[in-house]
Order: sequence, then structure tokens, then C-alpha cells
Amino acid sequence: MNLGPLVFLGTFFALATSWLGFVLVPQLQLCRQQPVEIDATGQLYPSDPSGIAKQGEEVYRANGCYYCHSQQVRPKGFGSDVERGWGGRGGKVQSVAQDYLYARPVMFGSQRIGPDLTNIGLRKPDAAWQLKHLYDPQSVTPKSVMPPYRYLFEKRKLKLGQKPSEEALQVANVPAGYEIVPKEEAKTLVAYLMNLHSDAILFETPPPTNAVAAASSTNAPAAGGSTNNPPAATNGPSTNVPAK
Amino acid sequence: MSATPSTQIISIDRGNEAPAVTSVQIDASCRAPVLLLFISAAAWLLIGSLLGIIASLKFHSPNILASCPLLTYGRVHPAAWNALIYGFAIQAGLGVGLWVLSHLGRAKLAMAPLIVIGAILWNLGMTIGTYGILYGDSTGFEWLEMPRYASGILFFAYLAIGLAAIVTLHLRRERELYISQWLLLAAIFWLPWIYSTAQLLLVFKPVRGVMQAIIDWWYINNLTTIWLGFTGLAATFYFIPKIINRPLYSHYIGIFIFWTLAIFGSWGGIPTGSPLPTWIPALSSVGAALTIVPVLAVAFNVHKTFVGNYSKLSSSMPLKFIAFGALAYVLSGLVGVLASIVQVSEVINFTWFTPAQTQFVVYGFFAMTMFGAIYYIVPRLLQADISSAGVRWHFWLALIGVLIYVVSLGVGGVEQGTVLNNPKATADFMGVTNSTLPFLRASTTGDLFIALGHLVFLLNLVGVLVRVSRASFSTAMVANRRAEVRA
Ligand code: HEC
Repeated sequence: MNLGPLVFLGTFFALATSWLGFVLVPQLQLCRQQPVEIDATGQLYPSDPSGIAKQGEEVYRANGCYYCHSQQVRPKGFGSDVERGWGGRGGKVQSVAQDYLYARPVMFGSQRIGPDLTNIGLRKPDAAWQLKHLYDPQSVTPKSVMPPYRYLFEKRKLKLGQKPSEEALQVANVPAGYEIVPKEEAKTLVAYLMNLHSDAILFETPPPTNAVAAASSTNAPAAGGSTNNPPAATNGPSTNVPAK
Repeated sequence: MSATPSTQIISIDRGNEAPAVTSVQIDASCRAPVLLLFISAAAWLLIGSLLGIIASLKFHSPNILASCPLLTYGRVHPAAWNALIYGFAIQAGLGVGLWVLSHLGRAKLAMAPLIVIGAILWNLGMTIGTYGILYGDSTGFEWLEMPRYASGILFFAYLAIGLAAIVTLHLRRERELYISQWLLLAAIFWLPWIYSTAQLLLVFKPVRGVMQAIIDWWYINNLTTIWLGFTGLAATFYFIPKIINRPLYSHYIGIFIFWTLAIFGSWGGIPTGSPLPTWIPALSSVGAALTIVPVLAVAFNVHKTFVGNYSKLSSSMPLKFIAFGALAYVLSGLVGVLASIVQVSEVINFTWFTPAQTQFVVYGFFAMTMFGAIYYIVPRLLQADISSAGVRWHFWLALIGVLIYVVSLGVGGVEQGTVLNNPKATADFMGVTNSTLPFLRASTTGDLFIALGHLVFLLNLVGVLVRVSRASFSTAMVANRRAEVRA
């Protein structure tokens, strides 16, 4: 008897279960996700990042920053990301699916050779520091193993008597008569970094202290149509209530 | 289906009943396409390890080659990895798979020209894809970095080779299916499915948000556990019995492994603690934990096949490679099961442990098995021996290299995770990085051994090829001269 077709069909179904389970079903669950209105501010979260931050995301992707940096704060009690101060929601609560709605691509990262960058925009909101760090990480963090990204900068010759421009980097070892200025890519990358924050108090991330009272005052669903109670920490996005 | 275990196919292969097609004829039909796949695989392996060394050197001094955007860590590292997976592993696996399929089916390799075209296309796609990554066109998804203009080529190249494999299987003269054929058939079909799903939903028409990460994890896990696992095990179950000249202990355990791996194995890969609906990582760890069943079954079946014949290890280099591969499969499988436990994954999440574990599977198991198979196949294809000193050098370099690499990064990863999770002791992040540096630097030594091994591997293959073509060239010359003299 020719078993070939039978083996083929059986295998196909066996393997396709994981496709159903991890591709189809999560997509059906997650595709309903929408930005939610944050009560305190009335703004949508997450907001679609500006054009310049989007371009910076491309630079981040093209240069593979995510092979060394994660963008994901793990839940309290699982690792100590929160204790390290990487969290954004008052430094207390982990990342949730909602935070990544506009990330393209989603770069969770798989390594922490460098610190987590989920909330770097909150932690180091200083563009000058960021640029200097990119140009020469060791100049701001001695012994850093982060590679320098000097190719995102330009060494420009100054005309006689010309002053360095406003955006020139304040770094050592610049030969006299020259200045170091960021290229477009460096500027957009920094805009992206400064825009990295997941700080909104969401339905699935109630503030840790006096949770119930605070939760109902900060993240009551916008449309008010939900019967869900605020669930505990790591719950799925299905509990989010879309904005009107 | 008859109940006789088809393991016997292997042992009667030497011609009790005169087969319609002889082994020599089958080898002749395999020669060009399979050799092409092997040589290209070896070349990518070397390219990959050179890129890998560049990446690794960055941890000795981040300023090395820092002003060249093409060689920045975030580009050479994925380029090296893609060369290993797509350049080497898939091509070697396909080459070995085609040869095994045609021998088990006792039929000539079908559509050899199509395979050659497929292999050329694949290498074209690889070249374009590698440049794409180095030039900054990476898609941003791990293991799927090659940009769309390369992945399309790869996809069709694979279809061409896969089609030839299916047709070869279909035209087999020996109707009984051996376990290796099950495994190969499943692997051959599964890759286009996962690859097209991933490409479609991540690159061509991207889904939103965390769904992207889920699909990428699903893809990586299926490529490793199913494609590499099935193809590698097909070789394990074919060559070990063949070389020690004794049937596989149990065909039925083989089938059991096949189903349990297909059902549990494809679910793993999604780390605990990810920002996803909780059921997803939870289900995934259950799948990963259950793979302990097929892993132990492999250990049992291989051991039982070997028992009393372990001494044959010393007389066959291919067997050494493949037996080491099987050992690595079992050990890395057990480590993978361990890693699915929450308390363990809490420590190793985001550390060097993960690459060490992956390397253990991809290199320790898969690549070593393929090396053994290639060293078994090539002398038959060319009717000439490969320098045995060369093979021995390759074995020891690869063995030592992979052990240094896996052990140093594995231990380093546990250390890193422990320090990372203890912010009271090392509040400063540089302390975490520094704790891993000695291990990272040790792993570079492993990289160097491995790379040297790859050089030897390529030289071994090219060496025998050159010798054979010289010999046939001179016989042709002699024949020519004789003809001239006569005329
Ligand atoms: C080889 C690994 C590596 C790569 C690649 C890498 N980094 Fe880093 N990064 C580090 C390390 C290690 C640190 C911590 C030491 C320091 O501050 O320099 C760090 C620190 C940082 C910080 C400061 C974080 C903090 O909390 O102080 C930022 C911001 C940053 N990196 C951004 C980037 C960007 C943007 C890229 C890509 C262009 C990148 N990194 C690529 C390793 C890396």
C-alpha cells in the first residue's frame, strides 16, 4: 500500500495545528486591538508616531540595534526589569500587547547585551546625550561594549573663522578646524529613541497601589460598554475597550 | 502495508535481489546536483563563520571595523547567522535528503537539471540576501532578515528542489517507506508552508503589533524543531544503521518519534513573560516540555541500535560525526525541555544562554550530522576517497569548537541572567555586561576552531573534486593520444 499520501496528510494536519494555534487564533484575537482613549489626558494610546520617529525606527532596524537591546519590560516577579527601573508606568508594570500597536516591525529583541530600551524616551530624554552616545558610547559610558555609530555622523570642515554649527557634537578629539554633525539618520534615530515610551495606564495594567480606586479613575473604558473587571497584570488585549 | 519493518531496505541494499537500478547508477544520477549543493553549503559555512568572527571580535574591542556600516554588529551578526542556516544547513540538508531519498527508493534522482537550476537560484538568492542585510535592508525579523527581493528567489529555488525530491520519492521502486522518508517528506513540505506564511504576514502584508513577534517565534521554532530536526534525524536513522550494518532497533519507535515531534515540537519557542495574551506563552511551554517524549525516544532507539557495536565508532569517521550529532540532539533537547520551566526561563531569558542552546541544536546536532553524511556520500558520488587526515582534522576542530562555544556561552548566559535579575548586587548595567565578557571572549576561541574546521571541510571537498577531475582529465588525454597514435 502506498503510504505516501497518508503520511503527507497526517503530517500536514499535525503541523497545521500549530499554525492554527499560533497564527490564526491569535490573529483573530489580536486584530481587534485598537488605540484606547486615556481618560486622564483624553489622548489615544498608543499614538501613531510622527514621520521622523518612523524614519528613525527604520534606522534602528537597519543597523540591528535589537540584537543587543530588548524592548520589552517583563512582569514583576519574573526577572527584575521593574526593579531596574526599565518600566514606564510609574516604573511598576510590564509591557503589554497594546504598547506595540504601531511598532513596525516589532523589535522585542532576544538579547540584553545592552539595557532594555522600552522606555528610553522617558529615562534619557536628552537628545544631545543620545547623539554623543551614538557617536562614541565610551565617551559617556566608560568601557561600554556598544559599537560606535560614527558613520551616522559627518565630519565637516569649517571655513576659516566659521563657528561650529549649533548641532555640532561636543566630543573630544575633533581635529581643529572641523566639526562633527549628525546625519539625517542619526537625527531620526534619536527622535525614535526619544519617542520610546510605554507609560499609559491601561486597563490591563492597573496601577499597583490602591488598584481598584485608581484604576477606575484613570482608565475607565472610553465607550463604557465593557463588563470586564480590570484583570490582573498580564492579561490579554481582549479586555481593551476600543476608543469611540 | 505489511508489518515487516522496512529497516531491511538498508541491509539488503548490497544486492541480494538484483535491483533494476544499481547504487552506482543512482550515485551517477545524484552526482552533479548533490555535489553542487554540498560545495555551496561548505562555501557558505566558511563565509558565515568569517562574518561570525567579525561579529564576535566586536566584544573584544567595539571599535574594530566600526566606521564601516556594512560590518557593524547589527548587520554582520544576522548575516553570519543567515549564512549558517540558509546557506549551509538548508543546502546540506537538501543534498543529503535527495541522496537518501533516491537510495531508499532505489530510483535515480529525478529532474536533476531542475535541482541544479534550483541550487543556482538558491545561491543567487543567498548572495543578494546577504548583501541586503549588510546594506541595511534587513526586515527586522530574526531568522528572516533577508529582504523580500531575496526571499522570493529563495522560495522558488526551494520549490524547484523540493519538487524534484517529491518526484524522486514518487517514482521509487522500493514501495515500502522507511522512517527517514517520512521525516524527509514532512520536512520538505513544511518549509514552504512556514516560509510563505512568515513572509506574507511579516514582510509583504504585515500584520499589526505583537502578532509579528508571535509569527516570527513560530517560524524560528518550526524551522529548528521540524525542518532541521526532521532532516537531521532522517540522516541519523539512515546512516547509523547503514554504517554499523544492522537494522534500526525499532521502526515503530521511529514512527512514534515522528508523530510526537510533529504534534508537540511545532508549538514551542515563545518565551514566558512576553507581552502577549498569557495563554500563548503558556501553551508554548507545554509544547516545548512535551518534546521530552520524542527526545528520549531518539536516545533509546539510537542507543539500542548501537548496543554492542559502539566499537565501530573508531573505524568510521562519518559515524563519529553522526553519533556526536545524535548525542547533541538528545542533550540539547533535554536542555530545551529544562528551559521551558518558568524558573529556568526567568534566568536565561534575554541572555547568551539562548544562542548557546540554538547553536547546540543547529551546529552540534544538525551540522555535525550533515558533515558525517556528506563524508559518507561524497566518496560514493566520486568513486574516490577523501583524505582521511583531513576528515579527522575537521572532526576534532568542529567538536572542540562547538563544545567551547556552547559551554562558555551557556554558562555565561546563566551567570548573565543571575546578575541581571539581581539589581541590588549590580545596580549598574555595565556590571551585567562585564560579567559576561570573559565568557563571550572564550566563545571567540570556539568560533576560531569552528572556522578552521570549515576551511578544512571546504578543502576536503574541493581537494577530492580536483583529484577526481584531474584523474579523469588525464585518462581522457591518454585515450586521446592513443586515438591519435592509431590514426
Ligand atoms: C553590541 C551590542 C550593542 C549594539 C549593537 C547596540 N548597543 Fe546600545 N548599548 C549596548 C550596551 C552594552 C549599552 C550599555 C552601556 C552604554 O550605555 O553604552 C548600551 C546602551 C545604549 C543606550 C543607553 C541606555 C541606557 O539606559 O542608558 C542607548 C540609548 C542605546 N544603547 C541605543 C542603541 C542604538 C540606537 C543602537 C543601534 C544603532 C544600539 N544601541 C546598538 C550595546 C549595544
